[in-house]
Amino acid sequence: MTWRSPLAVVRDALSGQRAREKDLRNLVSNLPYEGLDRAKQPNRYFPGNAIKTTKYTVLLFIPMNLFEQFHRLANIYFVGLAILNFVPVVNAFQPEVALIPICVILSLTALKDAWEDFRRYQSDRKLNNTPCFIYSRREKQFMERRWKDVRVGDFVKVVCNEIVPADLLLLHTSDPASVCHIETANLDGETNLKQRRVVPSLCISDPELEPESFNSIVVCEKPDDNLNHFKCYVEKPDKEKVGAGIESLLLRGCTVRNTDHAVGFVVYAGHETKSMLNNHGPRYKRSKLERRLNTDVIFCVILLFVMCLVGAVGHFVWLQSLPSVPPYLVPHSAGLLDSPGLSGFYMFFTLIILLQVLIPISLYVSIELVKIGQIFFITNDIDLYDEETDSSMQCKALNITEDLGQIEYIFSDKTGTLTENKMVFRRCSIMGTEYPHKENAIRLTVLDEHESEEEVIFNQRPLPPRAGWTLDPEDTNPERKQHQPGSQRKSKVSGNAQRDAAFSSPLETEVIPDRKLLQQISGAECGGWQIDPYLDFFLALAICNTVVVSMATAQRQRVNWLSHSSQRNTPLDTLSNLVKRAGSFRHIFTSWQHTPKQSRTLSEDSVIEEDHFNPPVKTEGAGDTNGLQTCSLQTPSQCDKPAATSNKLSYEAESPDEAALVYAAKAYGFTLLARTHDSVTVRLPSGQDLEFEVLDTLAFDSNRKRMSILVRHPITRECVLYTKGADYAIMELLGTPYAEHFSGSQKNIASDTQHHLDCYAKEGLRTLCITKKVVCDEAYESWSVNRQRALAAMENREELIMETAVQLETNLSLLGATGVEDRLQESVPDTIVALREAGIQVWVLTGDKPETAVNIGYACRLLEEEDLVINMSCNNKRTCTSILDCTLEEVRRYNEDPRNVDTTPDISLVIDGRTLTMALASDLQDRFVDLAKRCRSVLCCRVTPLQKSWVVKVVREKLKVMTLAVGDGANDVNMIQAADIGIGISGQEGMQAVMASDFAISHFKHLKRLLLVHGHWCHTRLANMIIYFFYKNVAYVNLLFWYQFFCGFSGTAMIDYWLMIFFNLFFTSVPPIMFGIMDKDVSAEMLMGVPELYRTGQGAGEYTFSTFWVSILDAFYQSLVCFFVPYLAYQDSDIDVFTFGTPLNTISLFTILLHLSIEIKAWTLVHWVIMLGSVALYFIVTLAYSAICVTCNPPSNPYWILQSQMADPMFYLICIITTVVALLPRYMFHVLRNSISPSPLMQARHLDRLVPSSRDQWIKEWRTFRGGGHVKRSGLSTPTSPTLDTPVDIYPQSPTASDIT
Amino acid sequence: MASSYNAKEEDGHHSGAPAHGGAAAAAAKSKKPDNTAFKQQRLPAWQPILTAGTVLPAFFVIGLIFIPIGIGLFVTSNNIREFEVTATPTRDTSNVFMYYGLSNFYQNHRRYVKSRDDSQLYGDRSALTNPSKECEPYRMSDGQAIAPCGAIANSLFNDTLELYHIDSNGTRNTIPLVKKGIAWWTDKHVKFRNPGGNNNLTAAFRGTSKPVNWRKPVYDLDPSDPDNNGFINEDFIVWMRTAALPTFRKLYRIIQKKAVTTPTLPSGRYVLNISYNYPVLSFDGRKRMILSTISWMGGKNPFLGIAYITVGSICFFLGVVLLIIHHKYDTRNNSADIPN
Repeated sequence: MTWRSPLAVVRDALSGQRAREKDLRNLVSNLPYEGLDRAKQPNRYFPGNAIKTTKYTVLLFIPMNLFEQFHRLANIYFVGLAILNFVPVVNAFQPEVALIPICVILSLTALKDAWEDFRRYQSDRKLNNTPCFIYSRREKQFMERRWKDVRVGDFVKVVCNEIVPADLLLLHTSDPASVCHIETANLDGETNLKQRRVVPSLCISDPELEPESFNSIVVCEKPDDNLNHFKCYVEKPDKEKVGAGIESLLLRGCTVRNTDHAVGFVVYAGHETKSMLNNHGPRYKRSKLERRLNTDVIFCVILLFVMCLVGAVGHFVWLQSLPSVPPYLVPHSAGLLDSPGLSGFYMFFTLIILLQVLIPISLYVSIELVKIGQIFFITNDIDLYDEETDSSMQCKALNITEDLGQIEYIFSDKTGTLTENKMVFRRCSIMGTEYPHKENAIRLTVLDEHESEEEVIFNQRPLPPRAGWTLDPEDTNPERKQHQPGSQRKSKVSGNAQRDAAFSSPLETEVIPDRKLLQQISGAECGGWQIDPYLDFFLALAICNTVVVSMATAQRQRVNWLSHSSQRNTPLDTLSNLVKRAGSFRHIFTSWQHTPKQSRTLSEDSVIEEDHFNPPVKTEGAGDTNGLQTCSLQTPSQCDKPAATSNKLSYEAESPDEAALVYAAKAYGFTLLARTHDSVTVRLPSGQDLEFEVLDTLAFDSNRKRMSILVRHPITRECVLYTKGADYAIMELLGTPYAEHFSGSQKNIASDTQHHLDCYAKEGLRTLCITKKVVCDEAYESWSVNRQRALAAMENREELIMETAVQLETNLSLLGATGVEDRLQESVPDTIVALREAGIQVWVLTGDKPETAVNIGYACRLLEEEDLVINMSCNNKRTCTSILDCTLEEVRRYNEDPRNVDTTPDISLVIDGRTLTMALASDLQDRFVDLAKRCRSVLCCRVTPLQKSWVVKVVREKLKVMTLAVGDGANDVNMIQAADIGIGISGQEGMQAVMASDFAISHFKHLKRLLLVHGHWCHTRLANMIIYFFYKNVAYVNLLFWYQFFCGFSGTAMIDYWLMIFFNLFFTSVPPIMFGIMDKDVSAEMLMGVPELYRTGQGAGEYTFSTFWVSILDAFYQSLVCFFVPYLAYQDSDIDVFTFGTPLNTISLFTILLHLSIEIKAWTLVHWVIMLGSVALYFIVTLAYSAICVTCNPPSNPYWILQSQMADPMFYLICIITTVVALLPRYMFHVLRNSISPSPLMQARHLDRLVPSSRDQWIKEWRTFRGGGHVKRSGLSTPTSPTLDTPVDIYPQSPTASDIT
Repeated sequence: MASSYNAKEEDGHHSGAPAHGGAAAAAAKSKKPDNTAFKQQRLPAWQPILTAGTVLPAFFVIGLIFIPIGIGLFVTSNNIREFEVTATPTRDTSNVFMYYGLSNFYQNHRRYVKSRDDSQLYGDRSALTNPSKECEPYRMSDGQAIAPCGAIANSLFNDTLELYHIDSNGTRNTIPLVKKGIAWWTDKHVKFRNPGGNNNLTAAFRGTSKPVNWRKPVYDLDPSDPDNNGFINEDFIVWMRTAALPTFRKLYRIIQKKAVTTPTLPSGRYVLNISYNYPVLSFDGRKRMILSTISWMGGKNPFLGIAYITVGSICFFLGVVLLIIHHKYDTRNNSADIPN
């Protein structure tokens, strides 16, 4: 290292800063500069790949941590008081001793921080030392190095199943198609494979990349945290620019799959990588209770000031009244006495120090501990655990557990939240003809009935439709037959255990073809099939998507990436890990036990499989395979091998709709075999494989609401554009009808299809339109040029790309439409009803169309049959205003009419996105909110993510209520963040919602238990704990205050200071924490059975203004008793200061602990141990302290005081009577309230004490009684999903099926 | 108080098919929470409910226990004879304790309480010559450390009381006043020690000076008894135990009983001779001399007895009230009716 002038260092630092801040970065290869010193490196300004997530360094830990901790106002307050104690004129205690409490608090917190930081340090080090391959010019090959050695400008090779160390621009892969598959589960939780391709026209055809020959400049933008966006271009030496985007970027943290190796150029390293930029710390929210608490802390401060003022004035008056200088008045060292006024002034501060505990120093720490304990119990609740995904409840926000008990409004997403987001193909309409797929519907109901028993599903599952289409129906090739079930079983198991392949349960993958449609296709196939719309329809289903085909056999073991979220672990996690580790032996044992059973079912499967050979389909297949056989015979060799593999095909789709459509196409024999970047291979029913050249893919975006794929047909050589999308996005783009060859029956396909679409929507199906367009070559050429320009653009690329897409998607010809069912999740109706009974308003916000949404609304009992449903949908503001006014007026009249008290139907509001925007405009806002407040449920359809969060914000701010938002997808993130509590459902659509949420659950039904049980418990526990804490401190500190009246307001403490500290830190600290974590007022069964009990927590809940002041008054009373009973008993005796303090201390210990035991609702073993342990600890510590301390801690000198007291019967007599008198009023109050007007919670506790069976009986009876007029309704909707109770209804009702054909 | 152990079955309502099928094969790493009573918050619990019916017995029991205790205390307290200066002696045969009382003397003033050095009193040599700063301004005098330092020692009560019995023929008989055993045993033997043993106190205290207000040095407090000198002088120790309340008494002497049958202080005329040294006018104080017998409950104080009787009666009364309430309301609660 050569010496450089400081000026040069500063200049270098500045230019480095500038280089990092610049919008565009020019990166070149490091290789030419290898071995040169740092100053000559072109990329030296960009950070290396070593990461450091630790907050502190060893040397600076103490100052930095203290600085961090002093952000908390309470800490500053207590340090200030401790410092005040060093001022001689005002000090109340030994100055050093006064530092102890704050030091204990600070060092406890510091220890916790240090430990967390150390864990971060360890995981950083582990990551930084992970091996990777970097190209070295000297060695002419990739050398094994560490992650921390990677720099911007390096060439890094990643092999299969390895984790990408930095953000790499993909230059080369082992794949002949120059693609590389990655799994981004570590970043966004999405488990499907994604394709990344080499920067176009950089594709080096050599088998090996020559990094040394790379002499282009990579120009990229400043790093940002958007995982789905990246822009750069590569400038070749000949000034040619090649654009590249996110599709060429391998992100740090992804895992390379299905690709032998890939080589990339490092563009961002270390903290500039997208994964690190996305790595935010835990969220900090402040709960409602804590906000209340802070105002009460201020009350306490005021109280403290008043008390100190009383003391100061009292001291002044006392001094004034002295006739002359008495011997007990100690002058200063100079021998002078302060004037009474000055003494009074000093006394004010002395008293602040003396009475400081009135502001509960340990309250904040205790609250944190209580919340950790509460979260421990929530996350360990076995009822919130999902066996299928092996996920339990996650708490991401650590400090709002009690808010769960106060929710008044729930905003829910629909897809994936209320519904499973497992798409099942239900029906389709092709060329204006409806195919209802009855068999498929029957299969689904069968599946429903056996939802829980997986084995049964397998036994009853009809043969996969492929069987009907085997080339030779008589072929009973035993190999194949036995192979099938095995592989399917495997996929099912793996799907259950690890969710390896997305969207691949048998429910979704298997579709029974509609008989009539099958005939159509086979008929068409033997005819001139190239132009048949039916074939086109299924080709479009198979091709027009982004589904990636992967082999089920491919290794998909999940490499455990040390995600940074896990680094931010709470101590709690580790705790539970420890506990879990202990239990793992048992797990191993049980898993071993079950292995034989599994193999047995496997063999059973294969036997029963043959029994259940599906006769109708089989005959269909056999009936019309004449033509097929000939076709297939031509390519027997081609067919056989892929046929074996085609069973193992598994599809990786980004959206479940796409997967459902691909599986549907497969059911009709159009099997998607492979997809690369520029080709798609589809097997036709005939067995022939067609390879389409993909010219371009116009990806889905939420503005266009459609996607297209442009392919070259291998036979006709035409450019064909297949588009699929939402009906309203497609219908307006339709051009000439496609059906020229239907000249005879010129039907209006568009209107027929629209009719079918409406019917689908009413059934609650999700609809998609499928279109085709043939693009002539010239048009394609000219469009292609535009497209390339757009792709290479550095600015406005997104808009340009969208524009080109819109240019092409015109004049589409409608092929047909599909209806995909999104089934309701288990117990959703029950949950919604229960939440509503709990006094929570449920709003559903969905992007679906109103018909679909209303249907789902009925299915999940958000809307009821006899509800008055107000439908708001209007185009302009004026109608919107008038509708709003009218309905509001009507609703008001309804509610105010006394005759309608019982008969009023509940009011529900359905509103669409456009109207919502108008209604939420500032002038209508109030009226809308007023209307919504009166509605029992609100359903908003066709809303955008932004509107979702806007609705939440408006309701939250206007009505001042506690809101909760629940959702599963990226479109719910805004809403989740806007609400007081955001809940993410870890479902099918990635992890974005979960990442943004405060709590993550796996099913909507868990919300019921989370709110009704845990929310209620957490809230009552914490609220009671806080009230108790305030009481405890006031009651204790007031003893000192009353004593001031008898010591000339001189600030004397009659209790040894150490014992005072211990009193708060040890003797009385654990019981309230235990109370806050473990008290259980009502059992979980009762809370679940009677949701009304939840209402007690809403609004202010247990912690109201009055409860706070009542407990403060009680504290005053108790402290008066605790002081004056001993005072009167010891009056005019020879008792000394600290001997007088000992019974006071003991009495207040008993009073405070017994006060708590009046409040404790359920005594478990833990309660007994802690309560008795606290008393024992007090006596042991105090006795030991008084036995050891002969001259320590002047002036108290506690030597042998407690011992002598305990030898005196008076001590016990005084303790007993004082405690009884102090607690009598509270005890009496509880008794009288419980006897004369018991609260609902109290009645629930009475019921809880019945034997479980009679309690359940009671709950049942009560529900039917309370249900009253609702009995009729509940009979309808007990089923868990709408498909269960509707099969009978759907078929007769569906006019589409019978009327049209 | 109500008590029913409501032990819920371990596997409650949701046994949740633990680890079935192949899915649990990977259970070694399963995140499934343990189904233990503690983690699932199903520990057996005692759930008392405070209602009139359940707490009735408690009130009656308290009443029944407290009233006799109170009566006992009251009687005991009344049996204690206590006489202030002018009172008549008794025929009691037990020891009689002689107290001096001060009123309006704030021995518990914060700065006063602190103004002492326990190490010095413990016999620590370094503290003897260099007392704690807390003793200021009674720490040094003329360059010499004050022993014992501090305001408490400085304001030592220094009146002497003598009691004479005037018998029938008019002669004054000095009543023997015992000055040993008036301090706590632990104070006398553990907390207070003379520096360098008790052999030669004059030598041990060399280099120190007496407190400003004192007439004689600490090693000369009791010329009659060498074991009652220096820091272990019992009058001094008693004074150093600062009183908790501004009106207090301190044990001065003990008049020991003579024999089983003769009264300690027979009837007659007594003369109390006070050598008045201690000024009390500066704080409006009063001095008293109290003669008292003591019992197991200490000195005379009827308060506790009255308190027990009162509280016991109140509890009894409340018990009756609750009985009425119980009959009126509690029956309703037992039949599970509908909340709200």
